[in-house]
Amino acid sequence: MTTMTTMTTTPSTTPRTPAATPDVFAAAFEALDADSPVHGLRERGYEHFQALGFPTLRNEEWRYTNVRSIARTAFIPAHAEPTDAAIALVKRHMLRDTPAHKVVFINGRHRPELSEIGEDDLRSGVRLESLATAVREDCSTLRSWLGQHADMQRDAFAALNTALLADGAFLYVPRDVSMTRPVHLLFIATAPDEPAMTHPRILIVAEAGSRATIVETYVSEGAAASLTNTVTEIVARDGANVDHYKVVREGPAAFHVSSLNIHQAKDTNVASHCFSIGGRLVRNNLNAALDGTGCHSTFNGLVVARGEQHVDNHLSIEHLKPNCNSWEYYKTILDEKARGVFTGRIYVAQDAQKTDAKQTSMNLLLSDGAEVTAKPQLEIFANDVKCTHGATIGQIDDDQLFYLRSRGIDPVVARSLLVYAFANETIREVRIDELRARLEDVVLGRLPQGRELQGGL
Amino acid sequence: MALLEIRNLHAGIDGHEIIKGLDLVVNEGEVHSIMGPNGSGKSTLARVLAGEACYEVTEGQVLYKGKDLLEMDPDVRACEGLFMAFQYPVEVPGVSTKYFLKAAINARRKYRGEDELDAVDFLDLVKSKLDLVHMSDSLLDRAVNEGFSGGEKKRAEIFQMAMLEPELCVLDETDSGLDIDALKVVAEGVNKLRNAQRGFVVITHYQRLLNYIVPDVVHVLLDGRIVKSGGKELALELEEGGYGLFGENAPQPVNA
Repeated sequence: MTTMTTMTTTPSTTPRTPAATPDVFAAAFEALDADSPVHGLRERGYEHFQALGFPTLRNEEWRYTNVRSIARTAFIPAHAEPTDAAIALVKRHMLRDTPAHKVVFINGRHRPELSEIGEDDLRSGVRLESLATAVREDCSTLRSWLGQHADMQRDAFAALNTALLADGAFLYVPRDVSMTRPVHLLFIATAPDEPAMTHPRILIVAEAGSRATIVETYVSEGAAASLTNTVTEIVARDGANVDHYKVVREGPAAFHVSSLNIHQAKDTNVASHCFSIGGRLVRNNLNAALDGTGCHSTFNGLVVARGEQHVDNHLSIEHLKPNCNSWEYYKTILDEKARGVFTGRIYVAQDAQKTDAKQTSMNLLLSDGAEVTAKPQLEIFANDVKCTHGATIGQIDDDQLFYLRSRGIDPVVARSLLVYAFANETIREVRIDELRARLEDVVLGRLPQGRELQGGL
Repeated sequence: MALLEIRNLHAGIDGHEIIKGLDLVVNEGEVHSIMGPNGSGKSTLARVLAGEACYEVTEGQVLYKGKDLLEMDPDVRACEGLFMAFQYPVEVPGVSTKYFLKAAINARRKYRGEDELDAVDFLDLVKSKLDLVHMSDSLLDRAVNEGFSGGEKKRAEIFQMAMLEPELCVLDETDSGLDIDALKVVAEGVNKLRNAQRGFVVITHYQRLLNYIVPDVVHVLLDGRIVKSGGKELALELEEGGYGLFGENAPQPVNA
């Protein structure tokens, strides 16, 4: 079955928003140590950022998400010192009952005194370090991978992140090593009085035949606006298996822009699960290159938004080689005046025969004011592929609601039950029990009489 | 006091009247069958009793155990002991049958001021009722009606009925789409639930079901009204003569 091609994107030459306070980023850049081994990379990032500027609504990739408020806010680099509030958040959000490597970042800086890395995996040759440490102590390994898969030339936020690269996480898993525990990277951002920004950078290299699970959690607090601009690169070499979870639970004043860049070699299995629950404006870019035969890729996402939250998931999956399959399954639940956007670009190269790609976007609107835009974008150049996509946008099904009520279930509980059932389909894919239970809990907490639903569907 | 008393019911949908002055009295322990051709108002009646919002009652009254049924929300009617077995039970993906039943049972118990059923008692209850409809407990982990065959859906409705122990059961064309074996299982389940307190309204198109669920009273529904009521022989007369026997242009029967 073949499908027709649609539009292709070209690098942006459209007018940009000059950052209203360009000095903010210039100052931040100037403040970095020019002696750093990564300074050359930073400079390239900065040049690209200057050339691109923040995207406007006229930029095809950003048509539905207005970042003017980010461009116009005078963010200062967040204070490195942990506050009591930040430490309390660490306790609340770090995995507790699960044996895991716990790596804590407060305002973009690694806090070793709050972190805990187990010896077992380190003995197998696994490297799990703060990026700042890796840069200082062994930059050559890092440098061969860092920046290879982040699109600085077209993505201003990735360019800015690179320009201001300071800290984050580096995970290296040697050949054939299966890590015994997941890695939990917890990022806490605080902006008590002035708008503050962080640009965490994560690099994950899984060598041939290795296995790893990583969880990234983002939390923020503070009355002022915060900007978390994060870039993750995952390099999966032949036969590697990587499970990646991202949970955005930032506060109502937070801007969160992320790009998750995945490069897959042959016979790799990568699963990405993205849960966006908090934040004022969230934009998650997911770029995956299936660059070897026999790859399997799963991209699950769930957005739960209300108030005036705006959450935009922008996926771009490239099938570059034959016989790969990709599966995208994104759900949004929008209430009040929340806005959701889903863009799913699938590119299939001419030689990528026997590609099997499936994209599903399901959207539940709980109020008249909620709005969603779902846009598939297929660019298919091979002639023997299976590529299906579908989107549904709807409200709670009246027949289902009536059926539950006809059995005595209270209408508010019935409604919440149906919303929870919708979310749960994605949540139950989470393989870390404690993480899954927490996500269930957060969603239930959001639903009227949600507590009554506890006890597993 | 009758279990169910319908007086001069007029109801319709989208401004179109379907039930045109229907009267019916069902007492405790009685099984009433309502038979009628397509379009006579059978399903409308069932749905009005269940409380489906899109149907509008324009005139008349429905008393259930002496209380005004039409005033009650659908979930209240269920908690008061009314159960409807749907003709086309809807699928509810993501909600397990086990969870659904527990929620329904506990809603009813809460309404009556009783304690919630604990997990062990719930499972005991489930086991005893599953036998009634020849279904296995693998049913519990499946999402409600999801992927069920027609026969499974109908048997699952009877299973739910058994679990919830209602006082008035309305079966809306429970036999539609069933083969003879499935029909027998369903009928057997219903018969086991018959007792001196429970009332049944069995809505059906064909007489066949009534060979297995033998009614006390048979009513003929034509063009929104009950035009004739009688004993179980009436069903056989219909089977032989067709609904035309009872319409406006019907030949006058010798023994009225």
